[in-house]
Amino acid sequence: MTVKLPIYLDYQSTTPMDPRVIDVMIQCMKEDYGNPHSRTHALGWKAEEMVEIARRQVADLISADPKEIFFTSGATESNNIAIKGVAHFYGQTGKNHIITITTEHKCVINSARDLEQEGFSVTFLPVQENGLIDLVILEAAITDKTCLVSIMAVNNEIGVIQPLKEIGALCRKKGAFFHTDAAQAFGKIPLNVDEMNIDLMSISGHKIYGPKGVGAIYIRRKPRVRIKSLFSGGGQERGIRSGTLATPLVVGLGKAAEIAKNEMAKDCAHVKKLSDKLYQGVMETTNVYLNGDKENRYPGNLNFSFAGIEGESMIMAIKDLAVSSGSACTSSSLEPSYVLHSLGVEDELAHTSIRFGIGRFTTEEEIDYAINLIKTKVQKLRDLSPLWEMMQDGIDIKSINWKSH
Amino acid sequence: MAYSKKLLDHYENPQNVGSFGKEEENIGTGLVGAPACGDVMKLQIKVSDEGVITDARFKTFGCGSAIASSSLATEWIKGQKIDEAAKITNKEIAHELSLPPVKIHCSVLAEEAIKAAIEDYKTKKSAN
Repeated sequence: MTVKLPIYLDYQSTTPMDPRVIDVMIQCMKEDYGNPHSRTHALGWKAEEMVEIARRQVADLISADPKEIFFTSGATESNNIAIKGVAHFYGQTGKNHIITITTEHKCVINSARDLEQEGFSVTFLPVQENGLIDLVILEAAITDKTCLVSIMAVNNEIGVIQPLKEIGALCRKKGAFFHTDAAQAFGKIPLNVDEMNIDLMSISGHKIYGPKGVGAIYIRRKPRVRIKSLFSGGGQERGIRSGTLATPLVVGLGKAAEIAKNEMAKDCAHVKKLSDKLYQGVMETTNVYLNGDKENRYPGNLNFSFAGIEGESMIMAIKDLAVSSGSACTSSSLEPSYVLHSLGVEDELAHTSIRFGIGRFTTEEEIDYAINLIKTKVQKLRDLSPLWEMMQDGIDIKSINWKSH
Repeated sequence: MAYSKKLLDHYENPQNVGSFGKEEENIGTGLVGAPACGDVMKLQIKVSDEGVITDARFKTFGCGSAIASSSLATEWIKGQKIDEAAKITNKEIAHELSLPPVKIHCSVLAEEAIKAAIEDYKTKKSAN
């Protein structure tokens, strides 16, 4: 069987849409175009009914009540609402401290930075070398002023799963709300807001084979979490998020959530099998390192560093694979990945990191192709690399007095 | 990153890749950049008694632009007198490869690598 090139291995960036999601969205756009907030005619009622079905589908995936789900434009907006919304509400009561970690997505880090500018106290906790939070450090950081702890479920760059249940228990015990950015976890790993004591959760549509431009936020009702909304408007979504709902997108998110719930076991087994195969194949090459904890990870994300090779040249060499890199050279800022930096990965290995994302539509043939290509190109680029030559000659690269520029 | 055809040619088929043997004579070696910055270039020249660069080699750890810049540099300096080669500027390299602005530092590194190799050769020669 021949494979179609390029092979898509960037499932953390976004996912192709499931055809079943597209079908319900098209139906919605063609026939059910009413405004779900219109109360005066049947088209409005029908759209509202479809939105409420979607709300239940999203809620069911995390064992929440549909009344606790609010639709947004995506996880970035949900993260902004959770962090700024909670801080702005509880800041008035004197709880003006929030805690997050250094490996969060930029939208969490920058929301926290914005609050810092406003006078809030923010603690950015480090992670361990395996990318996981140290619960002892977290416990020590929570004070009676802490209103929110925001820690992501699955890391977007390295795929590690934080100990959500333990973090939730700790937050409950200490009286702080627990928010988790679950953009990379929702629909991929089992999540239960009650068992994990999650008070707020950010959800994305396009990471689970749904449409781009839609997401949701879960906000707990019992005990109730209060939010100061970011938008002024007509008070839709119980005042949490004003603005007419994008019914086709919401319906698409709901369908994607329903499929993810029904097929999670199948998806997981498929992804795990291909992930194990890719891992074993790539690790046959010497001096390759997996970034992030080996056990506590979502298998659909494998982030490797290839010693002696720079990430962008690797991406150019394996251009048949659509992947992304933590290398500085692929970013406009020329800074290597801050996530890998937080793990204490040395700069030269951070420059060589490549993330391989596997998902529902990845095939075994594609993984076989990828393994062969990676092995061949690693050899070619190492033949080109002065660092690799030094390593082979037994020269310690750190012993050289490099002139940084 | 949108790269020019010339740049991609050098990246796909880099010229003069390798290293001269450690025992070979009349060799100058330049090693510039830093692993932490994501670019390291090693450029070597073999110089005749008349001061002409008869051969060159390189190895580069870096992005596609860095590999292409060093490949081009070795092509240009072969056959040149060392004093002429020392005059090659990063602007000429950047222009030839149509480097995107964010990659100009790769051409700077290639210029530095040529100069460092010539300097090393001269230092060794005067020591003998």
